[in-house]
Amino acid sequence: MRVRIRNGRVIDPARGVDEVRDLVIVDGRIDAFVGPDVMGDFDLDVDATGLVVTPGFVDLHCHLREPGFEDKETIATGSMAAAAGGFTTICCMPNTAPTLDRGVDIEFVQSAARRAGRARVLPLGSVTQGQLGRELSDMSEMAAAGAVGFSDDGHPVWDARLMRFALELSRRHGLPVVDHCEDPALAAGGVLNEGRVSDLLGLRGQPSSSEEVMVARDLNLARVTGGRLHLAHLSARGSVMLLRAARREGIAVTAEVTPHHLTLTEDWALGSMGGRAYDTRTKVAPPLRTEADRRALVEALAEGVIDVIATDHAPHRLIDKECTYDEAAFGISGFETALGSLMTLVASGELALIDMIRRLTVEPCKAFGLPYGTLAPGAVADVTVFDPETTWQVSSGRFFSKGKNTPLEGKSLRGTVRMTLVDGRVVYDAQADAQ
Amino acid sequence: MTERLPSLLPMPIGEVVEHRWHQRRAVLDLDDFSREEIEITLETAVRMREILGRPVRRVPALNGRTVINLFYEASTRTRVSFELAAKSLGADVVNVSASGSSIEKGETLLDTVRTLRSLGGDILVLRHPHAGAPNLVLDTTGMPVVNAGDGSHAHPTQALLDALTIRDHFGRVDGLKVLIVGDIAHSRVARSNAWGLSMLGARVSFCGPPTMLPATCLGPTADLPWPIQVELDLDRAMADAQVVMPLRIQWERQEERPISSLREYARDYGISQERLCRAPSEAVVLHPGPMNEGIEIAPEVAHGPQSLVGDQVTNGVAVRMAVLYLLVASTSDTADSASNTERSSHARAH
Repeated sequence: MRVRIRNGRVIDPARGVDEVRDLVIVDGRIDAFVGPDVMGDFDLDVDATGLVVTPGFVDLHCHLREPGFEDKETIATGSMAAAAGGFTTICCMPNTAPTLDRGVDIEFVQSAARRAGRARVLPLGSVTQGQLGRELSDMSEMAAAGAVGFSDDGHPVWDARLMRFALELSRRHGLPVVDHCEDPALAAGGVLNEGRVSDLLGLRGQPSSSEEVMVARDLNLARVTGGRLHLAHLSARGSVMLLRAARREGIAVTAEVTPHHLTLTEDWALGSMGGRAYDTRTKVAPPLRTEADRRALVEALAEGVIDVIATDHAPHRLIDKECTYDEAAFGISGFETALGSLMTLVASGELALIDMIRRLTVEPCKAFGLPYGTLAPGAVADVTVFDPETTWQVSSGRFFSKGKNTPLEGKSLRGTVRMTLVDGRVVYDAQADAQ
Repeated sequence: MTERLPSLLPMPIGEVVEHRWHQRRAVLDLDDFSREEIEITLETAVRMREILGRPVRRVPALNGRTVINLFYEASTRTRVSFELAAKSLGADVVNVSASGSSIEKGETLLDTVRTLRSLGGDILVLRHPHAGAPNLVLDTTGMPVVNAGDGSHAHPTQALLDALTIRDHFGRVDGLKVLIVGDIAHSRVARSNAWGLSMLGARVSFCGPPTMLPATCLGPTADLPWPIQVELDLDRAMADAQVVMPLRIQWERQEERPISSLREYARDYGISQERLCRAPSEAVVLHPGPMNEGIEIAPEVAHGPQSLVGDQVTNGVAVRMAVLYLLVASTSDTADSASNTERSSHARAH
């Protein structure tokens, strides 16, 4: 099987490559010969003139809802939505029912993903049994089954001693412990950022400090244990400052930020950004914060203090959002708007295109130790081809995800995925798959 | 317009009301009211009060209309005054409360509203424990809605009746200092008054235990989302206040105990007769009710000569009549918007 992607702008941040040329894939691997005018016959010959060709995007944080919440998403619909968003590898969180906390749960997700045959799905297991925060899960068994990390995401590991144990155990299995940093007492049942907007709307707010104190605790425990810590979806400026100091000190930590925290603010919940007040589609954990927070996150990403962009794709049913703000579920359906959202930062000059791609490819692979994220000769042929110019209007009715919950409904975004290949096989083709 | 109004509100209220709200489909809060709109409402309420003083306290202005009171929270004065207001205008009134309805069987707010609308409801008066519930109803169903209190967000008719009560007493609102004391963080009354009274020219101050103030009140003044002052020293704040408004601690909206005891609260923040003496002698006391006498307000203050609590309750009916009447007039205007613009400009020309 030979594939040629012709005349595209090939950007491979892992090797600092950014040039127009052909890319050849032979039997699921990137071919050594990647120059112009490759000769020979191809089973698939794609004209990528004017398009960007990159390693497939890798998402360290998403929710596929299966098993247990198949009315929100399944592994099949979620991995298809991921492919349509340009993601070739996605790491799914274990907050399903039952929780992914045993080897067989990990294997269940893997086999369902293989059947779906779209994006590669790599599950995380839970840190504690049932994500209840009381007893540790058998992380060793899950690691052997292929779990790529451990997290009680949705909740923090609030017991500091258990978090310490988990980080100590990571010294043995080498996999990251991913913490959703939120002090539950300080978060106090808040439904959006605490501050101007929560005061105006009369809603209970979550202060930035509920994230920051947990980040501080985790960084401290990472220092003590030498364990592998990965901080999920940072949202607050104070967290960035703590992380920057920890990195200077040499603590082994990686961190991610979502497209929505990089582009949206609490004002979206107020309706002052052209939407309506109390728009439940803006309800997400951690909450959208202020413009100062957003700027700090973008800056940290450009600096490399935050390594990774992750979607935290969190699909929900319509009725989970068609209710009051207090009642609404937390989460944004993110796979299919990620690229378009991030390209607004590229367009505004806040983020260089190659840095955006770096944080979607090589950096997440480094953080989780995954063998993907580059177009180097011999590499697994996970490739994303996207059009960086064409604008489109977000219409969740056309999402492959079951989750139509996006605050960007009706907004114009720039940048569309044209083709996604996993192991050299086309898993999404905009022309053939459009719905 | 002058021909239309008599049919809508036959002469008994005295003279024809020349002013109208424009294009308003709901009353969610006072943050989107102009000063003119607030003044129109208060003027209309004064005329409504005249109706309430007659031997037969009823006019047929809303004959054939159905007002639905949908209450998800306990209420005495607000629900009863909306009911009396609607009845005094000749409307049919239906009361639905969370207990004893399909809400107990798990029906969602939106399904309940859709059902009530299909049953012929014209205007929904909604009280709900969640902030933004009336916004949700308006955005999703388009049904005209009056917010009768939503969580800690807003209580616009309370703020209007407070404004009317203050204006009646002092002859003006402009330039008065209104000191709102207590559990501001959970108070929809404080929030709506911050908009309404400030719009009318009052200087509004929030005062309370730091643990009961909205988050921004302890930050830089520039970050305050309302046009208000924050004062932490109650006795000093009282010294130049013409209006003092203590609030009930809303235990139902919080699990924590942000103070050590009610004794501490009553001592440090309760409006006692002694404390009231620190205010100017002209000062009056308002309370949105229900009162917890002996905690945020001493009984002798609540029922003393400086209390306007009784006036507030009476004005509540008149203000709600005005709101219902103006909303029906406004939604009727919107219904045939073709001639609406002309009519509005005609009205302004008067």
